[in-house]
Amino acid sequence: MIELTDVHKAFGNNHVLRGVNLTVESGTSMVIIGGSGTGKSVALKSILGLVTPDSGKITLDGKDVTTGDRDAFLARFGMLFQGGALFDSLPVWQNVAFRLLRGSLARPREEAREVAIEKLRRVGLKPDVADKFPAELSGGMQKRVGLARAIAAEPEIIFFDEPTTGLDPIMAGVINDLIREIVVEMGATAMTITHDMTSVRAIADNIAMLHDGVIKWTGPVADMDNSGDPYLDQFIHGRAEGPIEAVR
Amino acid sequence: MTVITAFLAAIGRYVLGTLAAIGRIGLFAARTISHLARPPFYWREFGHALVQIGWLSLPVVGMTAVFTGGALALQIYAGGARFNAETVVPSIVAIGLTRELGPVLGGLMVAARVASSIAAEIGTMKVTEQIDALTTLSTNPMKYLTLPRVLAATLAVPLLVAVGDSLGIMGGFLVGVGRLDFGAATYLHNTIDFLEQWDVISGMIKGAAFGFIVALMGCYYGMNSSRGAQGVGSATKAAVVAASVLILASNYLLTELFFSA
Repeated sequence: MIELTDVHKAFGNNHVLRGVNLTVESGTSMVIIGGSGTGKSVALKSILGLVTPDSGKITLDGKDVTTGDRDAFLARFGMLFQGGALFDSLPVWQNVAFRLLRGSLARPREEAREVAIEKLRRVGLKPDVADKFPAELSGGMQKRVGLARAIAAEPEIIFFDEPTTGLDPIMAGVINDLIREIVVEMGATAMTITHDMTSVRAIADNIAMLHDGVIKWTGPVADMDNSGDPYLDQFIHGRAEGPIEAVR
Repeated sequence: MTVITAFLAAIGRYVLGTLAAIGRIGLFAARTISHLARPPFYWREFGHALVQIGWLSLPVVGMTAVFTGGALALQIYAGGARFNAETVVPSIVAIGLTRELGPVLGGLMVAARVASSIAAEIGTMKVTEQIDALTTLSTNPMKYLTLPRVLAATLAVPLLVAVGDSLGIMGGFLVGVGRLDFGAATYLHNTIDFLEQWDVISGMIKGAAFGFIVALMGCYYGMNSSRGAQGVGSATKAAVVAASVLILASNYLLTELFFSA
């Protein structure tokens, strides 16, 4: 279980997180929604330690994430970045097997390559993609390679940062289905941030609406349409009028 | 009074900003060096950096040395002729190149080629979240990106300087024999007789220092690149400028250290 308690983070005068409280149960898929610049990515990166919160507490299974063995902590996570964040200088298979080629999870090179090809197949890519470089792939293929990398070491927890941004609706649907299938199949805990309401409905067990640095509403996705929360209603229906200012 | 206060405040801000930057770079250097003693060491990245920084810089450093050696021979011959000291050309070319021009010009050429490339590469990795991705894949970016490059540059640039020294002396030799009517044997004899081991070694030590500076500046500004293409461009420019200025300043300090009476 991931738990954020009263997490604050400011960049200069910009107070991005103003006391975020959120609980993500193990084995569930939580989707954080909210407008651009509301701190969704900062919240996700705070859990991973990529951003250090100014105050508040973040725990994983009851243990403070800032204490203990960092490598062992990070080995429990996989992350799909918004732009893929694939390493340009490495061929696709080495991107996917990056964790399996070095560090505590290192395996023989041939075995790591086989795992990479298997994971590529799992996300619908052919083995001949393995020896290409990321720059040779389309945006959708790069996302799928990023997804293959996120699941390569079979993590317990997977984070997805805007998984469908920049993709056409069909490819977005493919990625959404893959995420749902993989999360269910692996029994992983998933946290996704997105603006895409189709993704929300496809991926989420629970959702949390982040606005103005705090969680305005959280609950099961089934309750989303009848929440009665004006912020959530405005966001999911894409209305210009409402408590959320259109010009921010 | 307000104008004076504002002026002093501006100076104060500049001084504090400069000191803070020096502190940050110092801490970055210390963190980089501290990773030397802590495994893992990424040999593949190190080997790749050696090729990129050392081997692939050889043509530009070599050409710079050859032309500098040739031009130096012409200048010393023309200057020496004023007091009938044309015969000093081989020894002055050799000493000038090994002690000063070889390491400094080699360092500056490597700064232009390598500091810019490292800063642009790491800066792009930063803005495309590849550095964050490295961290989430349990790989320390300092260990994976910075240490191999800094170590490779520190080891490769002295070798580049040594090769550049040889090529520069050859450039002087070609001009001396071909244009200035020196006998080949006399030119080589004068070069070898007046050149001391310390001339070459001091230049190589300078090369090691310059290599460290070049890679460190490239990595530091790349890692601290701000968002977007403009951020990467600024990081690249800052890395080359800082590396060049630090090379010239440290060259003076090392020359004081090695050769002041």
